[in-house]
Parts: sequence; C-alpha cells; structure tokens
Amino acid sequence: MHPAPSIIVFTVLSGLGLGMVFWAGLGLGPDHGAARWWIAVLALGFAAGGGAASAGHLARPDRAWRAFSQWRSSWLSREACLMVAALGTFGMYAAGWTLGGVRFWPVGWIAAGLALATVYATAMIYAQLRTVPRWSLTPTPQTFLAFAGAGGLMGVEAASALGGADVSAGRVLLALALTAGVAVWWQTEAAGAGRRSTGSDIGTATGLGRLGRVRLFEPPHTGSNYLLDEMAYRVGRRRAYQLRLIGAVAGFLVPLALTLLAPLLGGWLMVPALVSHVAGVMALRWLFFAEAEHVQAFYYGMR
Amino acid sequence: MSGAAATGPRVETSPHVSDEIRRTTCYMCACRCGINVHIRETADGVPLISYIEGNRDHPINRGVLCAKGSAGIMQHYSPARLMRPLRRKGPRGSGEFEEISWDEALATAAEWLGPIRASDPRKLAFFTGRDQSQSLTSWWAQQFGTPNYAAHGGFCSVNMAAAGLYTLGGAFWEFGTPDWERTRLFMIFGVAEDHDSNPIKIGLGKLKGRGAKVIGVNPVRTGYNAIADEWVGITPGTDGLFILALVHELIRTGHVDVGYLARWTNAPFLIDRNPGPTFGLFLRDEAGRPLVWDRATDRAQPFDAPGLDPALKGDFPAPSGGRASPVFELMARKYLDPEHAPEAVAARCGIPAATIRRLAAEIADAAFHHPVTVDEPWTDFRGERHERVTGRPVAFHAMRGISAHSNGFQTCRALHLLQLLLGTVEAPGGFRFKPPYPKPVEAHPTPHCHTAPNCPLPGPHLGLPRGPEDLALDAEGRPVRIDKAFSWEAPLAAHGMMHMVISNAAAGDPYPVDVLFLYMANMAWNSSMNTAGVIEMLTRRREDGEYQIPRIIYSDAYSSEMVAYADLILPDTTYLERHDCISLLDRPISEPDHAADAIRWPVVPPESQAPGRDVRGFQSVLIDLGARLGLPGFTDEGGRPKYADYADYIVRHERRPGVGPLAGWRGDGTAEGRGAPNPDQLALYVANGGFWQGEVPEGARFMKQANAGYQDWAVAMGFYDKPQPYVFQLYSEPLRRFQLAAEGHGVRQPPDHLRDRIKLAFDPLPVWWEPFEGAGLDLADYPLHAITQRPAAMYHAWGSQNAWLRQIHGENPLYVPAAAMAEAGLSDGDWAWVISHHGRIRVRVRGMRAVNSSTVWTWNAIGKREGAWALSPDAPEARRGFLLNHLIKELLPEKGDGLRWSNSDPVTGQAAWYDLRVRIEKAEGDGESLPRTGRQASPVGPAPSEVRWGSAWTARGEGKR
Amino acid sequence: MTTLPDRVERRMGLVIDLDICVGCHACAVSCKEWNTQGYGAPLSDQHPYGADPSGTWLNRIHSFEIEPEDAPAQIVHFPKSCLHCEDAPCVTVCPTGASYKRVEDGIVLVNEDHCMGCGLCAWACPYGARELDRAEGVMKKCTLCVDRIYNDNIPEEDRLPACVRSCPAGARHFGDLSDPGSAVSDMVRARGGMDLMAEQGTKPVNKYLPPRIRDRHATAPQTVQLARLAEPEATGFLGWLDRALERLG
Ligand SMILES: Nc1nc2c(c(=O)[nH]1)N[C@H]1C(S)=C(S)[C@@H](COP(=O)(O)OP(=O)(O)OC[C@H]3O[C@@H](n4cnc5c(=O)[nH]c(N)nc54)[C@H](O)[C@@H]3O)O[C@H]1N2
Ligand SMILES: Nc1nc2c(c(=O)[nH]1)N[C@H]1C(S)=C(S)[C@@H](COP(=O)(O)OP(=O)(O)OC[C@H]3O[C@@H](n4cnc5c(=O)[nH]c(N)nc54)[C@H](O)[C@@H]3O)O[C@H]1N2
Ligand code: SF4
Ligand code: SF4
Ligand code: SF4
Ligand code: SF4
Ligand code: SF4
Ligand SMILES: [Mo]
Repeated sequence: MHPAPSIIVFTVLSGLGLGMVFWAGLGLGPDHGAARWWIAVLALGFAAGGGAASAGHLARPDRAWRAFSQWRSSWLSREACLMVAALGTFGMYAAGWTLGGVRFWPVGWIAAGLALATVYATAMIYAQLRTVPRWSLTPTPQTFLAFAGAGGLMGVEAASALGGADVSAGRVLLALALTAGVAVWWQTEAAGAGRRSTGSDIGTATGLGRLGRVRLFEPPHTGSNYLLDEMAYRVGRRRAYQLRLIGAVAGFLVPLALTLLAPLLGGWLMVPALVSHVAGVMALRWLFFAEAEHVQAFYYGMR
Repeated sequence: MSGAAATGPRVETSPHVSDEIRRTTCYMCACRCGINVHIRETADGVPLISYIEGNRDHPINRGVLCAKGSAGIMQHYSPARLMRPLRRKGPRGSGEFEEISWDEALATAAEWLGPIRASDPRKLAFFTGRDQSQSLTSWWAQQFGTPNYAAHGGFCSVNMAAAGLYTLGGAFWEFGTPDWERTRLFMIFGVAEDHDSNPIKIGLGKLKGRGAKVIGVNPVRTGYNAIADEWVGITPGTDGLFILALVHELIRTGHVDVGYLARWTNAPFLIDRNPGPTFGLFLRDEAGRPLVWDRATDRAQPFDAPGLDPALKGDFPAPSGGRASPVFELMARKYLDPEHAPEAVAARCGIPAATIRRLAAEIADAAFHHPVTVDEPWTDFRGERHERVTGRPVAFHAMRGISAHSNGFQTCRALHLLQLLLGTVEAPGGFRFKPPYPKPVEAHPTPHCHTAPNCPLPGPHLGLPRGPEDLALDAEGRPVRIDKAFSWEAPLAAHGMMHMVISNAAAGDPYPVDVLFLYMANMAWNSSMNTAGVIEMLTRRREDGEYQIPRIIYSDAYSSEMVAYADLILPDTTYLERHDCISLLDRPISEPDHAADAIRWPVVPPESQAPGRDVRGFQSVLIDLGARLGLPGFTDEGGRPKYADYADYIVRHERRPGVGPLAGWRGDGTAEGRGAPNPDQLALYVANGGFWQGEVPEGARFMKQANAGYQDWAVAMGFYDKPQPYVFQLYSEPLRRFQLAAEGHGVRQPPDHLRDRIKLAFDPLPVWWEPFEGAGLDLADYPLHAITQRPAAMYHAWGSQNAWLRQIHGENPLYVPAAAMAEAGLSDGDWAWVISHHGRIRVRVRGMRAVNSSTVWTWNAIGKREGAWALSPDAPEARRGFLLNHLIKELLPEKGDGLRWSNSDPVTGQAAWYDLRVRIEKAEGDGESLPRTGRQASPVGPAPSEVRWGSAWTARGEGKR
Repeated sequence: MTTLPDRVERRMGLVIDLDICVGCHACAVSCKEWNTQGYGAPLSDQHPYGADPSGTWLNRIHSFEIEPEDAPAQIVHFPKSCLHCEDAPCVTVCPTGASYKRVEDGIVLVNEDHCMGCGLCAWACPYGARELDRAEGVMKKCTLCVDRIYNDNIPEEDRLPACVRSCPAGARHFGDLSDPGSAVSDMVRARGGMDLMAEQGTKPVNKYLPPRIRDRHATAPQTVQLARLAEPEATGFLGWLDRALERLG
C-alpha cells in the first residue's frame, strides 16, 4: 500500500496524543503547575494535529464532517466520532485539572476509555480489511494500542519533565519493553501472513487457477492508474531492513537508553527519548503501509 | 442495523441523453461501422459530440462498436488536429511551418502541378493511403494523366486480394465472409484484427454460441486466436506447406467434393500438354471457350455446355493434335507427391504430423458428414435448375499473416484451393461473397499507363493483367510506373506498390519525379519499411542543393510524422466533418445477402469545432484542384468547375450511364443500382442512417458466380453490363502465361535475372517456397522470426493522439518466447538489442509462452517520433515505444550479383513485412528505445494537461478546486 | 447509507464470458465514454498527452497467460468492473454514507455529493473496482449504467449497460441474477459461472463464465478413415475418383 505521509503522521501522532489522554485520564502525571499544562496541551495537540493530518488524505476535506454519520457500520466513522468524544471529554477533564486544579475522576476515566476505543477504532480501519492480509491477519489492534500506550506514557513523562516534575523511568522502561514485544509479535505474524493465508492468489482472483499456472500477460493499461499508485506500492527488501533497524533503534533502543539515563542526568532526556521514539514509530508505520500487499494487486500480476 | 429502508439517495435514472442523434459512418478503421453520433449544444449553440454508439440497423456492426469507434470523440477533438494550410519553413523533418490561406495553398499546388501535366505527367506521383475514396482519387489521377497512382493495397494485403481475385473472383479481404450462421468448423489464418473487425467478432461470438469449432492458425495466441478452441502455433511463412499437406491428406483419402469441382471449378478443363508456346494453357474452341472432356459423348466440349459429364482424370487427344489432361489430374498428382505429406513438412511448420493429419480428418468430417442444405431453387448458367443448394460447413478466413510474406500470393492461392476441394465457396456453411463480388478476372480492367502531355490516361491505372501483354512496360521492357508495379518485378501488382515510391523516387529509378503528392499515409514512419532510411531519402539533396524529391504535397488531418516531411500541407477535416462515400465502386460493406454502400456527412461543421480552424475535406480540395488544373471530367465545356464540392460529385458523377458512386435512391428515389442522378440522394442516405442496403433476391443468394438469377440481378444493379458467370480457377491460366514467357515464349519476356524466379513463382498451381529473406541468410545468425500484430484498441499511427487509447497502448514491449528469453539471459522489462541483417534496435522485452517458439512479436505502430501527434516529446511512445520497421529492409540481403532484389512477393510485389529474421542480445539499457530519429516541432497548439470530457453538460465539472 | 440492505429486490449484474472475450477493450472504452458524460462528474484524464498519462476508468481489460499441465499455454482476456457484491465491504467501510447498495436492484453506487474522497472503499474492495477521480476528488465505480437501464429517453432495446451494448463478441450479458429463470441465471448454471475470490466473502453478483476446455482433442473423427484410400487393395486416389464420378451420375 502507498505509504501516504498524511496517514503515517495521523496514525502516529493521534496514537501518541490519545495514549497521553489515556494515561492522564487514568490519573497519571503530577498535579503541579506547568506539568499539568504541558500534559494537557501536548495530549490534545498531538491527537488533534494527527486528526488534522488525516484530512490531508482526503480528496474532499470540505466534506470531512460527513464522516461522523456512519458510526453504525464504518470504523473510520467510529474513529472520527470517538476521537471527538475522547478529546471533548478529555478537554473537560483537562480544563478542570489545569484551570481548577481538580481532577474529575469519572470524566478522566471516561476520557481514558474513549481514547483507548479511538485507538482501537483507528487500528480496526486497517485490521478490518480482508483485502490486506498483513493487516487483517495480524494483531494490528494490539500493536496500535501498545504503541499508543508506550508513546502516551513517554509523552506524559516528557511533559512532566518539561513541567519540571520528576520522571518515573521504571514504568516507561516496562512499557517500551512490552511494546517492543508486541511489535515483534506483530512482525512475526506479518511475516507469515503472506497473501496465501486468506486463500487468495492470482488463481482465485481470476478464477483461472484450476486451468493451470496463471501469470499476467498484459496489464489493462501501459501507464499507471489510481489503483496501482495506491495499492501496488512495493518496497525493496534492503530498504525494509534498514527501516526496521531504524524503527528498532530509534523507536526502542535509544528511548530505552535515554530513559535509563534520565534519573541520572535529568528528566529533560525524556524529550529526546520521545522524539526518537516517534521517529522510530513513524519508520515502522511507514513499513506497515509500504509492506502491506493488497489482493487486488493479483490483477496486476503479483502472484 | 435494519437496512431495508436504506434505499439511498434518489438517483436520476432517466437523464437527458443528448439533443440530437446524427447517424453516419465510423472511420477509425476500414471496417466502416454505422454510428449514432449524439450531439449536445453548448450555451452558445455550438454542437459538440457527446457520445458515439453503434447503429443497430447497420449491416456491418449491428449496433456494436469497437474501442477505437467508442474513442472517436477523442479522435475528433484531438489536439493534434491540423488547423490551417501550412507551408514548410524549416528544413524537411523540422516540423517548422507557416500558416497560409487556402487560396494560397491551392494556387501553389496548381502552380507546381500545371507545368508537369503540360510537359511530362509522369513527374507527378500521386499515392493515397488509408483512403476510402479511391474511386475519386484514381479518377482524378487518370484525368491528370500520370501513370503513377496507387493506394495502400500494395503494402497492405495485395497478395490476399490478387490471389482471391485470380482464383475465386474475390478475396477474403473485405470481399466476402464466412457463413457464420451455418459453419461448423472455422479456421482463421494469420488474423489479428482485420478490416472486418466487428463482423469477425460478432461472428466468432455466434460460432461459440452454437458450439462450432474455431481453430486459430497463428504464431501468436492473442485476440481471436486466444479464444480459438484449438491453436495451431505455426512457424511464420510456412502456412503454404501446412495447407498443401492438408490438401495432400484430403486428396489421398478421397475427401474432395468431386461434383462441386466438376461443375463449378476449372478442375475438368483440359490442359494442353504439347511442348511449345501453348504448353500448360487451356484447350479452347474457336470461340475461345475452354474445353473439357465429356465422358458421355467421349469428346472435348466447351465447359459451359449443358448436360456434360466431364472427366477429371485421364489423358485425351487434343482436337488440335497432341495430348491434354484435365486440371484435376495434374493437381492430384502434384499434391499426392510425398513432398507434401504431413511428415515432410511437420518440422518446418512447427506442427506435428499427427496434428496435421487429425486436422485433415476433422475438416473432412465436418465437410462430408455434416452437409448443410438450403432449400432455395436456383438455375445455373448452364441452364440447369437445382432445387436446393448443399454446402460443406467448413469456413476459412485469412489475412496478412499469410499474405505479408514473399510467398504470400501462392499461400493464399493454396488456401483457396483447399476451400474449393471441399466445395465451400459460395455454398452454405462456407465462404460467401458480398455483392458486387464475386466477379471474374475478365470483369476487371487491365492496367493503363500510356501518358502524354495534357492528356488523360486512356483507362484506370490499376487492374488485373491477364498475361505479359498487359504489363506496364515501355518499348524497351522497362517499368513505366515509378513504383514498378506491373513490371517483371511485380507483374500482378493489382493495387500498385506504394512502399516502393519513395525509395524509387529518391533513387531516380526508373526516373525522378518532381512532385510527390500523398494523402492519408504516414510514409515517413509506420507504413514504410526501413523508416530511418526513408527519412534520409525524403531529406536527401541533389548536388544543386534541391531536395532529391523536389516537392511534396500532403494531406493529413493530424500532426503526423509525414507532415513534418512535406512542403505543402492540405489539412483535412475529421471523419465527422466531411462527406465521404463508401462506394460499391470501391469495396463492399455488406453481408452476403445484401448489397450496401454508405456515406459520411458533416455531422458537425469543422469551423465550429475549434477556434480558428480552417480545414477542408480532401476530396473537395481535390475536386477544386482538378478544376483549377482544367482536368477533363472536373471542368465543363466552358472550363468552369463541374462540381461544387465532393457532395455534389457524389450525387452527380456518373462512371457509366446511370451508375455513380452511390447505388441507393437513384433516379426518382426508387431506383437501386442504376438510375439517373438524384439531387435528394444524400438527404435520403442521411435519413436512412447513412447507408443504403438492397437485398439479393431469393434464388440468387448462393453460388453467385454461376447463378443465372444473381447474374441478372447484378446486371440490373449495374455491377456489370452483361451476365458473366464463370468457374473458379484452381489452375490459373494467367500465371501460366507469365511462366511461359519466362520459359522463353512470346514477345515480352522477363529479363534474364528474373526468369528463374518467375518460373518458380508463377506456377499455375499453388506452390511454396522459403520466404526470401530467410533463404538469403545464415539462419544460425538470425534464428528468430519477428512479426507485428495490430492491437484491437489502436489504429496504426493515429490512435496515439487519442487521450483514451494511448493509456491502453502507450508503449510496446517485444514479446519473446520464454525459452529464448532464458537463452539470452533476459527477464521481463530488460532491454535487448534486436538485430536483423539490416540494422539493430534497442527495445524492452517481456517473456511469453503462448507463442511459436521461434517467433518474437510486438504491437504495430506504437512507437512515435518525438514531437509528433501533439504528444510531449518525452511521451512513452517516443521514449520506450518502438517500430519494428527500422529492421525491415525494402531490399533483400545482398546476393553478390550486384542486383537490388526487393523484399516483396515476386508475383504481386506485396511488401514482405513478416519475413523478418532476427536475433536478440541483452543490452545495457538507459531506459530508452533506439534508434532516435530526432525531434519535430509541433505545428499544432499545445495539448491540454487534463481532459474531462462531458464537463460542459454534466452538472459538476468544476473540479475539486 | 453505509449499512447494507437486509434484502434487495433484484440482483442486477453482469455475466462475462471468458470463453468469448477477445480482449478488444471496446467495453472499457464505451464505458468510459458513456460515463464521462453521464452519472456524476466526468471521468477525468491526467496528462493525457504527456509522459505519464493516466485516467479514471470503471472497467479495465486485463490479459492473463495460463500454462496448463498438458496443453499449450493460453491467453485469457479478462474484463473487470465492479461486481456489485452482496456483502460489499466497500459499502460498510464508507464513513460518509456516500457508498451504498440499492434495495431495488442491488446496484452499488457512490453518492458523489457526499463522498469525501478518503479512498477507504477502494482499499476494501478486493477487485480493484473503484478509482478515485483525481480532478473531482470523488470515488468512481461502475454504476451498472443506472442512468441507461431505466432511462425513458433511450429506446427500450438499448436500456442496457453501455459495455454490454457495445461488446462486439457478445461476451457480456446483463440481467437479474436473483431470478433463477433469467437468461443470465441459465448461463451461469449451464456454464459453471464462477465468483472471483469467493474466499473474500463478498458474494459478488457478477459472474464469470470460465473458458471452455481448449486444445484437448479426441483422436481423428471416427467417420473419417484416414488410411482408407492408402490401403494396397484400393487403386489409390485416382481409382477412387472414377468411382466417385460414377456415383455422381
Ligand atoms: N511493421 C509493420 N509495418 C506495417 C504493417 C505491419 O503490419 N507491420 N502494416 C502495413 C499496413 S497493412 C498498412 S495499411 C500501413 C498503414 O500505414 P499508414 O497508411 O501510414 O497508416 P496510418 O498510421 O493509419 O496513417 C495514415 C495517416 O492518415 C492520417 N489520417 C487519419 N485520418 C485522416 C483523415 O481523416 N484525413 C486525412 N487526410 N488523413 C488522415 C493519419 O494522421 C496518418 O498520418 O502500415 C503498414 N506498415
Ligand atoms: N484495431 C485495428 N484494426 C485494424 C487495423 C489497425 O491498425 N488496428 N489495421 C487495418 C489494416 S490496414 C489491415 S491491413 C488489417 C490487417 O489485419 P490483420 O491481417 O489481422 O493484420 P495483422 O495485425 O498484421 O495480423 C497479422 C496476424 O498474422 C500473424 N502472422 C504473422 N505471420 C504469420 C504467418 O506466417 N502465418 C500465420 N498463420 N500467421 C502469421 C500475426 O501473429 C498476426 O496475428 O487490419 C485492419 N484493422
Ligand atoms: S471496427 Fe471500430 S474503428 Fe473500425 S469502423 Fe468499426 S467501430 Fe469504427
Ligand atoms: S466489486 Fe468492489 S466496489 Fe464493487 S461491490 Fe464488490 S467490493 Fe464493492
Ligand atoms: S472515498 Fe468516498 S465513497 Fe469511498 S469510503 Fe471514502 S467517502 Fe465513502
Ligand atoms: S455497466 Fe456501465 S458503468 Fe458498469 S462497466 Fe458497464 S458500462 Fe461501465
Ligand atoms: S468488448 Fe467484449 S470482447 Fe471486447 S474486451 Fe470487452 S468483453 Fe471482451
Ligand atoms: Mo493495411
């Protein structure tokens, strides 16, 4: 699949922001001055900024508002509704917290739940697509949730540090380790989720498989088209390896190291840790799209 | 989630479709389908084409339409349309022009042509290409008086045409059609697309629906061959061998229609066996009628006498003394020879002997165990009445795959021989002609070439020579025509030899010309062999600095490659803006039970279709030019123009009294075929959808060549002036006359270097020889055959300016058999050198398996010159597409005898496109095909960067921004 | 509406005969031609005369090569447009409700006034049957010529999809696949009409008729004795000829 920057930015940033909402809603984060502000602003900023980026993927963003209408069946619509609900709820919670200095616990919990649900809905936009086995046959929701969780936690810690509060390295390390595990799990499943596992191949796509070995003779057009641009993106093995390495190093090893050093050298290290993590996750998210193969590519000759 | 109520928004299911439908005839190929052109008017009242669909009432396409036809809108509104007359400013090939007025353009043309006509009319070579108005253009050239006129048939499929005309009285090529309704077994040889495009597809659909068997004989298995029930992946150039092996098997096993042969062919004609100048000719009576041996009276009788019992074998005394044998005996002996046995040809054809034998058996089974009978009483030319017609439901069709070889004429004859042995021509279930065909050779003119200053030619240029006496030779035996058609190099060049004009004119062989006048032929590109060489010839200069071919006038409608090489451009309209006449004087469009002709008419006025556009229909321009030159036939007694324009000519011109370009609604509007000119004729055509159709009467529909009822109807229709029934020519006497000349008889004899070739090639019974190019090469160096196919969705060069079609075929790979790919170390998408004895090109390759193992191929005419067709210079057509033509030389490999041997069929001069032999080698590619031939400036405005056809009247259309 | 109807009144669709399709692209071009001036926005083309031409099409013709175990390789031409699936994932994923399936005939349509061009429906379709129009920014797909098949301004015999009407080989058929008595249903039964990628669970309405068996021949027909005249006791062909002529009388 074509790794559209707007979607990568959207999923990564909104995941991060919603993860922060989740933790903050549950009550994480120091109750003192600037830290509260940093947490609230960054959480809302990342989530809303991510959401805005997603509009970049729309050919008709002027009609984006219509996406709130189909929550009964569409994960994308649900995601939009949940996102608004989560941010709205968190906004109220954050207002009380930052302005009034009070935590309305039930509101926070609801915001946390909605944030979780939003991330899940985002993941389900991809996980529901049987047409892309690499998304539908793998623990995609778990992965999105884990990334959001770890990122959110780091976000909260980094915001706290910016607000002058102490950071708690232990839980970050734990979250990063767990998420790395989930990422490895997903990757293992993805490696196995060849398109065959849906049973689809060029033979079933054309219905001609029972007659013999099938290959594309001529595509319908010598030029390109929307489908090929969108669905038939191919990434080189070497490139994928390099990006996965970046994902592992920037997304996990560097943040782990910085987090370990933070108690010794200063909480501000959580900021570069977060930046590195986000960069790594972006690389992995890029691969999430770029490596995904769509069954309709069979019609264009992929076996 | 109950959805029953979820009906969705209201959709307008009955939108307004168009303001008006104007019915005319398509022209993205020569098939000539009927179309309904939907017109919508813009707010300012400009009529725009909104939709084109097939006309259901039309005899050719019955409502269906091909991809090109449906993309006609993009053709009509192409940015490559020429806008005004042009005069060359830069050097030839540069594409630099200045716009001039029509008056200036016509005056210039008249200025160039007038003096030629007054001094030496031969100095004009007028050749027209993809033309469907040959009856006008040839008439014009005849009035001008130049011998140098022909149309595109010579490079196209003259082998097919000539073989059919000389054997059957009509050819596969547009003159007839398989009996789709009744045939049981259909074999299609060497056809990718054909002029009969939609009818063949409709027919194949019908056969499939009825469960008839379709066999495709073709090195490549795409298109029609892809849907064949059986594919015979023959090696190119060997069809003659394969067909004669089928003939061998059928004769050997007695599966021939003896009754049909005896009655309707020249199988019983007695052949003179006395050595001497009449050896091998028919025995004839005093009246010139060929004789047969009547077994009832035991003596020779004229073949057309009633009640004969003709012998098909034996050795009889000739009335004039000596011995004679029937054609059939000679033929049977010839083809029973073991050299024609399946085993003898299998390896060469790439078809196992067992397959050939089984196919012969399948053919025999369908033909002789499943006869079809139509209960339609008829009377033959001998006066015998038949209560019914019985036919053999085996049908064949063939086109350029067998004809575009240097052995194509005889291969086509071989196929006709096979048809006749089975009794399948003009009989139900077989191959049936479309009126005005069939016609005997005698009904055609012979070629005329005698010129004199300010004089028309005494008769038409093109025709069918009956013997050496009809050749176009001067007193010294040299060719009279610039293309050397009807010379000893190409004696039966029925359509002329367009592909030799430029190289002969550039070489001044047989003489130089002053003006080359071309119409609708992209001769600087895809219709020439050796394209780069032709470009050099068009730009070659004499010592005095003048071009070798001093003046080139060209009429095109679009910015083609040829435009850049001409000096004066006469811009034509598109097919929707002019009158055209698809005349019975040219080629038929009907199905067998009807005669039909058609017109095109200006469904939209040209000047309304683009601002500043000032173009004219070429035929009207030619008529204007004819009047300016004072040509007889184009001026009246007072020297005034005789016709206002082409429409006027179509209505008022009479070729013979009562016979004009159109057969429908003559006289008072009720006459068909013959009748006085009717001023309302065109209006009546328009009212009828652009075509006319007259029905062949019952009892006249089958066996037309011998059917007295048909003959009378044909005379009444004006196809000819007296009945001329005939029998099919298994044995061709005209060929034998040329052979006799080569053997040293008669006053006109071929030059010595051609004698052997003519002895071989003019065999009166079909023969096969190794295609010349391969025969002259060490095949270890050139192990592969290289051929082209037409893509169904592209018409030669001009589909590439079509916004829709060029998305489908924007570049062409060379398809290479998988084994050959492996051997050359190639994988899909690699670049490779393709090397012939003449040159090398660099192309992109793709592997394929459904192809003959020694054949590579590509789509025809996709490659373009940079700057042509209003495409951006970096268009894929120019950068990655390619022409195979660069590798095809118009001459054969040197034989070391110092002579120039043309790469053509020795009988007709047909260009041997598919004799090409090559090898391939891996190339380091920089992503571009080679050779490059430079860039031409575009004389037409820039092309738009987006097309949204219909936005003028769909509610939306503003775009998202 | 994004939910699928529980029930449709008819299942209109196409039956495409792969045994007959010659790959001529006529249906694809006539589809483009009709739809660029019909339902919704025009089907735009980008850089139509440039180096990288592309455009929106609702029907495209692919060609596949098949290598059977024991017969020569074949080419099968393969037209593909929307299959108007019963369980159309393209509909249920649509966030705006622009994509919907009609109750009256099962046609899957896009309401172009509501579409926001997110592309998700194209991702959900296994068949590559949806293309985003790059000029208009809305999703395009086969409409089953909903603006032809009921159109009172068109003669009754022409109330057919443009592609069906134009197909020269007669490889495309249109009808109600929910009616077991319809001609299309008959065809599907008789020829083993198949679903593409049934495992995707979309339940396509359009059916494909597989190519008939090719290149498998019985031995020579029993009626024809290939050895007959070659037998030594016969007098060979010219002897046979005499007898044949006698029979003619
Ligand atoms: N390698 C290879 N070469 C081949 C062949 C092959 O099979 N393989 N086939 C050969 C055959 S059979 C043929 S017939 C030739 C065809 O070759 P051409 O006759 O050269 O065919 P086109 O490309 O159709 O070019 C015709 C010209 O007519 C112009 N034209 C189109 N419409 C109009 C119009 O309305 N008015 C006017 N005045 N001009 C118009 C076009 O712009 C174009 O320049 O190619 C031959 N060349
Ligand atoms: N769409 C479309 N239709 C056209 C045209 C076009 O350009 N586009 N051009 C028109 C014109 S001008 C013409 S002349 C006709 C020509 O129509 P066709 O005669 O169909 O011409 P080609 O495309 O040259 O196809 C030649 C076929 O012969 C095969 N072949 C080559 N060599 C051999 C051989 O030795 N033996 C056998 N058995 N087969 C062989 C090739 O594989 C190919 O399939 O088409 C007309 N119709
Ligand atoms: S076959 Fe196609 S291009 Fe040729 S005349 Fe018919 S519709 Fe037009
Ligand atoms: S083919 Fe694709 S677009 Fe059409 S209904 Fe099925 S899933 Fe939707
Ligand atoms: S592109 Fe349009 S129709 Fe498709 S899912 Fe998005 S909003 Fe719906
Ligand atoms: S039914 Fe109409 S919209 Fe659908 S493919 Fe055919 S022509 Fe195109
Ligand atoms: S028009 Fe008919 S034959 Fe041609 S590609 Fe379409 S379905 Fe196949
Ligand atoms: Mo041709």
